[in-house]
Amino acid sequence: MEITFNNALIQTTQMFVVPLLAPLLCGIIRKIKARLLRRRGASVLQPYRDLWKLLCKDVVPAPNASWIYRSAPYIIFSTTWVVFCLVPTFSTHLLLNGAADFIALVGLLASARFALALAGMDIGTSFGGIGSSREVMISTFAEPATLMVVFTVAMIAHTTQLSLIADFFIHEPLILRISTALTLTTLITVLIAENGRVPVDNPATHLELTMVHEAMILEYSGRHLALIELAAMLKLMLYMSIFACLFLPFGMISDTSHLSSACVALLIYCLKMAVGGLMLGVAETSVAKMRVFRVSEFLGIGLMLGLLAVLLLFASEGIK
Amino acid sequence: MNDLAPQISYMLASGMVVCSFVLLYQIRLSSMLDVFAFQAVVLACSVAWQAHTQDSPQLYVTATIALVVKGGVIPAFLRRLMIKLKIHREIDPVVGVGLTLLAGVALAALAILVMFPVTAHAATFTRDDLAFALAVILLGLWMMISRRNAISQIIGFMSLENGLVLAATGAKGMPLVVEISVAFSILIALFVFGTFVFRIRERFDTVDVHVLDRFREDRQ
Repeated sequence: MEITFNNALIQTTQMFVVPLLAPLLCGIIRKIKARLLRRRGASVLQPYRDLWKLLCKDVVPAPNASWIYRSAPYIIFSTTWVVFCLVPTFSTHLLLNGAADFIALVGLLASARFALALAGMDIGTSFGGIGSSREVMISTFAEPATLMVVFTVAMIAHTTQLSLIADFFIHEPLILRISTALTLTTLITVLIAENGRVPVDNPATHLELTMVHEAMILEYSGRHLALIELAAMLKLMLYMSIFACLFLPFGMISDTSHLSSACVALLIYCLKMAVGGLMLGVAETSVAKMRVFRVSEFLGIGLMLGLLAVLLLFASEGIK
Repeated sequence: MNDLAPQISYMLASGMVVCSFVLLYQIRLSSMLDVFAFQAVVLACSVAWQAHTQDSPQLYVTATIALVVKGGVIPAFLRRLMIKLKIHREIDPVVGVGLTLLAGVALAALAILVMFPVTAHAATFTRDDLAFALAVILLGLWMMISRRNAISQIIGFMSLENGLVLAATGAKGMPLVVEISVAFSILIALFVFGTFVFRIRERFDTVDVHVLDRFREDRQ
């Protein structure tokens, strides 16, 4: 891909502007959940203020913290950010597209999770250990399920490049495939589980019996906590972007010669994210959190549906 | 290729497999009945679509039978049975969801692997249809084996029968007489099952069929 001004501009926007919207998305979801519970809720800008407050505060590490504890936030944030730079959000035409395909993105996210689980265990408190073991248990199901999604879309589009897959789905005429529907279910399951949303984990709780993500980062403070929180928000937006890019690819531009159409695409992307946040908020309010031991069933079902999707795709040789 | 008709029939047939799959991991008896009724509706749609594309009006009768009998009468009957037995709130836990579903996927794969070489000369969509029908049948059998509750086993049997109808309509020219007699035998089977469930309940105070094992002869 040749390096033109427009290409560079779009990649830069994707890298620096779009991630800034992640706290806003988080704020919108919190606001919706609060309103549905008939509370007023904090302003949608509250996550920015929280992050700013945390950034200004001093770091108070535990006395027995090792270098793993101190470096983990940076590793987590940077890997998540790198993944975010490579997922097409409003444009399928990104300069860095060739750097990594969908499978590599899953691997990068896995290394972020690895760092987080290590950091959870580093201090030696029991909560951190519980959180890490639960997180790893969840990821043993969520990761293969993500890979099933990758396999299905890769078999349909004949490529594992996320941007090429999005391009394929934009230009292909409508074809009804049961595999796509199953993949959609699997991806929703993974999205919920990986981001610790309600049926799996409650992002707003500090109840020690149930927390997963919060348990691992309990010891963090100051800018470390800010980075981890921001990475979590980015990850949510990242998964929603992957969802939008695979299943709702309309409005994305593949031609970068007009900046005005890029602006429109960016607006459409923001709209998609807002609608996604709304749906997530409504869904989270209307279901109860499940026991930790049922999570493996929930994710196992997602994984098996993904497997079935791959299988049915093999059978559907009539429709390719 | 952007011809919508085969895509819809493919979608409905594979939807049946997915319904069978969803049946496998339902733990509440009432939600199991809902999924079963939904599968019957999908079956009716699939048969009606075949009737439309194959231009064979007698298949509409089959579709109506599927819709009324399996989508309406049987679920309603089973629901009443459950309420009478006071088990409508009971759950029938799946032992080892992961393994059960994995076996389900393996069975679906087996159906496809078996059906594709056998029907090498048939039209593409007939092949898919037959493979999916076999998958539905195997999943129904698997449900009968893996469940403990008599009601779930009945539902497994009924969904197996859905697979038979799907197979029969995928191939052209099934006589209507066969379909009607199958539907009636299913209804009669339902009544027999119902009586049996009552008897089991009367005798053992539960519909868990594992208690029947005690009354077997000694196994080596």
